[in-house]
Order: sequence, then structure tokens, then C-alpha cells
Amino acid sequence: MTGLTAIQKVVSRKSGRPRVEIGEIVEAKVDFLMLHEVTGPLAVEEFEKISGKVWDPGRVIVVFDHDVPPSTIDLANQMRRMRSFVKKHGISNFFEIGRGGIAHQVLFEEGFDAPGTLIVGADSHTCTAGATGAVGIGVGSTDAAVVLATGEIWLRVPETLVVEVKGRLRRGVFAKDVALSIVGTIGSSGATYKALEYSGETISLMTLSERLTLANLSVETGAKTGIVQTDSKSIEYAEHYGRSGVILDVRSDPDSDMERIEMDVSNLEPVVSTPHSVDNVKPVAEVEGLEIDQAFLGSCTNGRLDDLLLASRILRGRKIAPGVRLVVSPASFKIYLEALRTGIIEEIMRAGGVVTSPTCGACLGMSRGVLAEGEVAVSSSNRNFIGRMGDKRSKVFLASPATVAASAVEGRITDPRRLLA
Amino acid sequence: MKIRGRIIRLGDNVDTDVIIPARYLVTHDAEILAKHVFEDYYPGFRVRAAGGAIIVAGENFGLGSSREHAVIALKHSGVKAIVAKSFARIFYRNSINLGLPALVFREKESLERLKDGDEAELDVANGVLTVIKTGEKFSCDKMPEFMMRIIEAGGLIGYFERRRGEKPVENKAR
Repeated sequence: MTGLTAIQKVVSRKSGRPRVEIGEIVEAKVDFLMLHEVTGPLAVEEFEKISGKVWDPGRVIVVFDHDVPPSTIDLANQMRRMRSFVKKHGISNFFEIGRGGIAHQVLFEEGFDAPGTLIVGADSHTCTAGATGAVGIGVGSTDAAVVLATGEIWLRVPETLVVEVKGRLRRGVFAKDVALSIVGTIGSSGATYKALEYSGETISLMTLSERLTLANLSVETGAKTGIVQTDSKSIEYAEHYGRSGVILDVRSDPDSDMERIEMDVSNLEPVVSTPHSVDNVKPVAEVEGLEIDQAFLGSCTNGRLDDLLLASRILRGRKIAPGVRLVVSPASFKIYLEALRTGIIEEIMRAGGVVTSPTCGACLGMSRGVLAEGEVAVSSSNRNFIGRMGDKRSKVFLASPATVAASAVEGRITDPRRLLA
Repeated sequence: MKIRGRIIRLGDNVDTDVIIPARYLVTHDAEILAKHVFEDYYPGFRVRAAGGAIIVAGENFGLGSSREHAVIALKHSGVKAIVAKSFARIFYRNSINLGLPALVFREKESLERLKDGDEAELDVANGVLTVIKTGEKFSCDKMPEFMMRIIEAGGLIGYFERRRGEKPVENKAR
């Protein structure tokens, strides 16, 4: 009998079976379910058709993040409905405006993402949890409704694609450049239904924050989830949050049934995803000089403290180019507060940047930084589809926080290495 | 289960942001969502889909956001089924979960012979799409039995209600 892939190990454990096979459809027990104010109300409405009782209120996490604080009456009403659901069912893991941030960041910060944990979220970027060896799976509202009622979900055990990344990154090249290059290599449907599993020297050297960026973009290859193989950093994370009981060595056995690709990033340059597809990845050099209207730094992909710090170093003593605005949305209120305390926010504002409340807002063209007709943005976020950040004639170039900050200063897409001291 | 409708041809990588932009995710009212379906990408889609449509699309249909609002918007516009070269997984689940059949073409090259505007009939259980005018048949992968049961129940909620009271059986579907 062949060995097991990482995802087989986790799904076997969660479905109470000694071994599940790839391609098999199983019912698995969910550790945590995440809902937010956009997909949550529909999930709650469907849930109420089939049940009056949440399977385990302690395992449900409700976060407000897409438009915080709400900018429309409709969204305020959606939040109101979620609050009443939270109250009725005694859900304690509720992150009110001002106390959470972007859901995937909140799950990480609050210690939910321990290795081997099965997290289902009514949001496609739930795969971000894979940074610490958790299996995060994004679903729609109806799937979430059934999880609310039963604590279980039907899953097809996915094939595994191991992505082995080698080489040390050059100065000015970051985890985001690696993540975009991986999407460019695999393609936007190259890993559909599969689980990505990240390994190799480059990944081992990455901090957990950098791994969150990497895992976050897994869904842009079509993958069901993306897991970073567990190591001392993820185990330390689990222990820190008192979740050491769930640790599982999340990695595929050498003799398991998997595919593998290798990438050497030692010569990688800063890259951008050009409109209108995330896998349309090119070296920054190819589009350098293109004038921009907006630079956006934020989102579940790249709105963390290290991202803000990096940007502030580039902005220090400089001004954002005339005619350009820099919109910064920290990924959580904790990050916001820490960035305030350490002077990062001040550096950004002195350079002319605007700092918003932690929210998904601009990333999906919902609020706080929506693009006008024909505008061009360089963004640290995760999608550049037609109309993603606003008007259908706007264009979004995805890049690292360093490229975003450098471009804001120059007013055009800029290789960050020019501005990094 | 047989579905009849007019073919609407779409290309590769149709994402859920273009099906229903985020600015409309402030409600899940089907009528409001359908009013804005494909607003930036395919103006007039709803008018064409009204009365029953079968979407015939390329690779990776429905990539991106998990918004189930995309399926609601399509269904309420008159889309009865989607046949594509491939689907993005969250959309695929959402489609099945809301009772909208989603089938994968078996012979991908033959898709080019399907013409926009042609009347067609889809035999969902057997995975056969027939063009009414010419009688030409196109085969799709059959949906796994487990998913067919969800479709037959009108979606996951209906399936769940049917199963309630029954003793849960281990699922052998592949």
C-alpha cells in the first residue's frame, strides 16, 4: 500500500477512517467554520430552513471584514442580521467592527490555524490558513449552511501537487513575487480540485506572515487548498496558542501518490500580474514606467505588519507622486494598532498615504478605494479580473508591497530595487 | 431529467466577479442579482437568457470568489444548466448545491461546433447535449451519483431535508 499525501492524512483523521483514497467522496468533521457579512446572511437563511440549532457554537467564527465600517444601509443590515444570529446561538468567536479585521488574518492571529485543523470558510481565500499547516477550504453559502447544521462537509479527496521551491531570494524580491510566479507557472486552472503542498528551502526560510501570502494565492491556481508543510515555525505557532494537541505532521509521505513541480527562485526578479488574469505574470521590468492612478496596500494577501513596515521604509523621507493616491488598509486592528505604535502609520501618512480601517474594501471594489473608469492601479491584493477593483475599464496590476510603495512614490510602475536603501 | 434552452456561448476563465460584481453583494435577493448579471461583461445577457438558456463555456468557468450570488444571478436570469470544458471548484459546488446542473464536456474539441443561439436539450442524468435543429449529440461526463441526487432534490438543502430521518449511509460515490 502506498503512503499517504498530507491531505489524505488530514481528511482521514477528520472523517474517522484509517485511510481515505484520492478521488473518494467522504464526509469530514469540520474544526472551525468561518462566516463574514457578505456570504454569511445567505448561509444563515439556508441554515434556518433545515435546523434551529448550530452544531457547535464554539466552532463557528463570525467576522465582519468586507466593508468595515459599512458604507451602505444594505450592508449595515447584513451585519445586523449576523449580529442577531450570533446572539441567538451564543457564538463567542464573533469579531465586531474594531475588534477583528480581515477574516483570514483574524483566524491566524487568534490561533485557529493549527496544523491538521480543518477549516471551512464561506470565502475563497480560506486557503490562507494553510500557512501553518491547517487545511482551509473555501465554499459557498449553502455548503456553509449545512456545516452550521451538522458540523460536516462532503469533500472529494483531492490530488496533491507538491510545489518545491529552491533558492534564496535576491534583494527586492519577496514572498509575493514567489507566490505570483507560482500562479504564473501553474496557471489559473492548472491545479483545479487539487491540493497544493509547499516545500523546499525557500519556504523553510519564510516567516509565517510570508507563508500566509503564499498560501493565500493557492486558490488562484484553482486549488482546493494550499498547505505549507509543517516545521518548527508552525509547531511553535500551535504551541503558542495552546493548540499543540492537534499537531499532525502535515506533509506527504515520499511514496504517496502525488505530482511534483520544482522552481528555482534564486534569479527571480520582482514581478507583476497584468490585467485581467492573475496568472498573467511578467517581470516588473516589462511594464515599468506605466503611469498609475492608485496604489493599494492591504488585503488578506499583503496587509500585515511586515508589509506595512517594508512600504514605510520606502516611503520614509519621500512623497507620493502628484496625481497618485496610496490607499493602505491594514489586515487587522491588531496590525493597525502595532503599526500606529511603531510609527509606521505616521510614515505612511507623512508621505501622503491614506490609511483606512482594516477591511477587504478596495481589493474587491466594494469600498474605500474603488477605481474610476480607465484608472490604473498597482495593488498588493490577489485578483485583477475585469472590474474587480471598480469600473470595468480600470486595470489592476498585482505586485509586492515594495513594488506598490515604490510605484506610489514614482507615480508609475517601478522596480522597488531602485528605492530600497 | 431533461432541460431545454437556447445555447449561450462564453469563453474561458469567466470569473464570478464578472458574473456578479462585488458592489451588488449587499443582498441575496434573486431579482436584484439577476438584474445585474454580467453587467460589465455581457450586457443584455439576461434578456437572452430569459425563457431558458444553457451556457456552453470554455475552461475554468466560475473561477475566483466563493460568492454563491453568482449562481443565484444566473439561475434567476433563466440559465437552466452549464456545460463547460472545466469548472472552478467552488463555483461547481455552489452550482450543484443550488440545483443548477454543471456538466463537463467529454470531447473538448467538439465544443466549437455548438453555435450560440441554437436550441438544445440536455439529458442531465446521461450527460448528453442534443442540438434540436441538427440532432447532433455531444457527450459530457456523467455527474457522480451523489451529485445527481443533490440535483434531483433541487439542491443541497432539499437533499438534506430528504435525508433527514433516514439513517445516514456511507457514501460510496466517486
